[in-house]
Amino acid sequence: MYPKELRYSKEHEWAKVEGKRVRVGITKFAADRLSDIVYVELPSVGAEVKFMEPFGVVESVKAVSDIYAPVSGKVVEVNAALVEKPETLNTDPYGAWMMVVEPSNPAELDQLLDAEAYTAHVGEGH
Amino acid sequence: MKYIPATAAERERMLAAAGVRSMEDLFRDIPEEARLTRPLDLPPALADPDLLAHVRELADRNTDCDRLACFLGAGAYDHFVPSTVAHLALRPEFLTAYTPYQAEIMQGELQAIYEYQSMMCELTGMDVANASMYDGASATGEAACMAVDLTKRSEVLISTAVHPEYRQVLRTYTGHLPITVRELPARGLTSVEAARAAITDATAALIVQSPNFFGAIEQGEALAQAAHDKGALFVVAIAEPISLGILRPPGEYGADIVIGEGQSLGNALNFGGPYLGVIATREQYVRRMPGRLVGRTVDTAGRPGYVLTLQTREQHIRRAKATSNICTNESLNALIAAVYLATLGRHGVAHVAESCARKAHYARERITGLRGYELAFDAPTFNEFTVRCPMPPAEINRRLLTHGILGGLELGRFYPEYDDCWLLCVTEQRSRKEIDRLVDHLEALR
Repeated sequence: MYPKELRYSKEHEWAKVEGKRVRVGITKFAADRLSDIVYVELPSVGAEVKFMEPFGVVESVKAVSDIYAPVSGKVVEVNAALVEKPETLNTDPYGAWMMVVEPSNPAELDQLLDAEAYTAHVGEGH
Repeated sequence: MKYIPATAAERERMLAAAGVRSMEDLFRDIPEEARLTRPLDLPPALADPDLLAHVRELADRNTDCDRLACFLGAGAYDHFVPSTVAHLALRPEFLTAYTPYQAEIMQGELQAIYEYQSMMCELTGMDVANASMYDGASATGEAACMAVDLTKRSEVLISTAVHPEYRQVLRTYTGHLPITVRELPARGLTSVEAARAAITDATAALIVQSPNFFGAIEQGEALAQAAHDKGALFVVAIAEPISLGILRPPGEYGADIVIGEGQSLGNALNFGGPYLGVIATREQYVRRMPGRLVGRTVDTAGRPGYVLTLQTREQHIRRAKATSNICTNESLNALIAAVYLATLGRHGVAHVAESCARKAHYARERITGLRGYELAFDAPTFNEFTVRCPMPPAEINRRLLTHGILGGLELGRFYPEYDDCWLLCVTEQRSRKEIDRLVDHLEALR
């Protein structure tokens, strides 16, 4: 259900380690719970994000939620296409990445959950 | 219907429950010297006709721009208001309409707001305008918060040629926020070089007004460039939107946010309020714009309809994240502006603007031709201009008033360094005869 190669935060973000960089998005559980996502607000390239502090906002027809950085560091890439088509977060949550971070403290990644622990966190059946 | 107060027995029960003996005991926290210990000194009631006569007599001690030749502007403008404005805006459907909380059944009001927004966009040259704000001064505060939010910087730089009351409200607005307001001293015109030198990497926005408080038209394009070169936003305040009938709209010279006072668009002087706050911006910033935005759409049957497309979500949820506490607008004033602009049409607005400019320039030429009067600042003007006077402007105003003329603003009230300066305004309402009469009196005053 949840890709094994990703790490997960308790706030429902996924992190994918790609060499010295980390790609970030939100989980299928988060996207399903929010239902139709209509707006996403992302940081600018060059911005500094902090571990488990808000870096952006997703808005669905049901709710508005902060999204939390699963690792501290500098934003080196932002998925501008997502701003134009926020609904891809619903259809392809693991393809619809939000940003790429150059971590300043990669050890933080050890605090994230693996797929199994995340499945337990959201409850079986999700 | 009469209000039925509590009975004596109920009062006794409440006092007992509150643990006090008398009503007076409830006020004992108020200092003795501030309390009235005797009954109010009210004269006996008047009969209705006597009361009306009394109030009429009081009202007659006031005067207004229908009875005076008004040469006062400074942020509030005496323009002609066509009769269509009252006829449409005072219709009960519009006059008593409450804020469109139930959007789907308030199509008329929403359509009016939508049309108002569209006209503001056209007038300012911007992509989006909201449903309106309180007034020009509070819109200035909102623009500052918006710029700080957008740039993640902490300081706004505002020219001292911006309306002094706008600057005062801006300081009030930002006083308890992590925003620093810095003033850029302007001598009649905001200096581009000074702006360049003053803008830093911490500057979220440069705020100027054009035509500015002294009546001068700012060098918008160069100031925009100065702001943008340092990554700051360029905010333009428009205190007299009629000027946009002939001047370039701020959207064409680089404004990121346009704010303004919409009173002069069909709204009466109203003793200083209610007025109409305008805010418009570029589409990319729409999510950071305070207030609400009405949009046009189609229903399931393809018929056009109007909806609240965007409203500050922090009004309803996530209140801790709010960047503005504006959750209403001045619909009736906005409606009046829309009816006024629709009545005049594009050419009509240009015509009123041109008439203002021509008459003001005629007055400027004649007054500066008088001995002792000279133009205070060398800059192009629209319908207001500042002159240095050979005698205190307050004295000039006092004497003009005895001749039925409301003179200009004594600039010393806001700018002590310009205490010999007089800010005059000439709208399309002033006839050549009135202007000549003003000049004749000034000549006779010496």
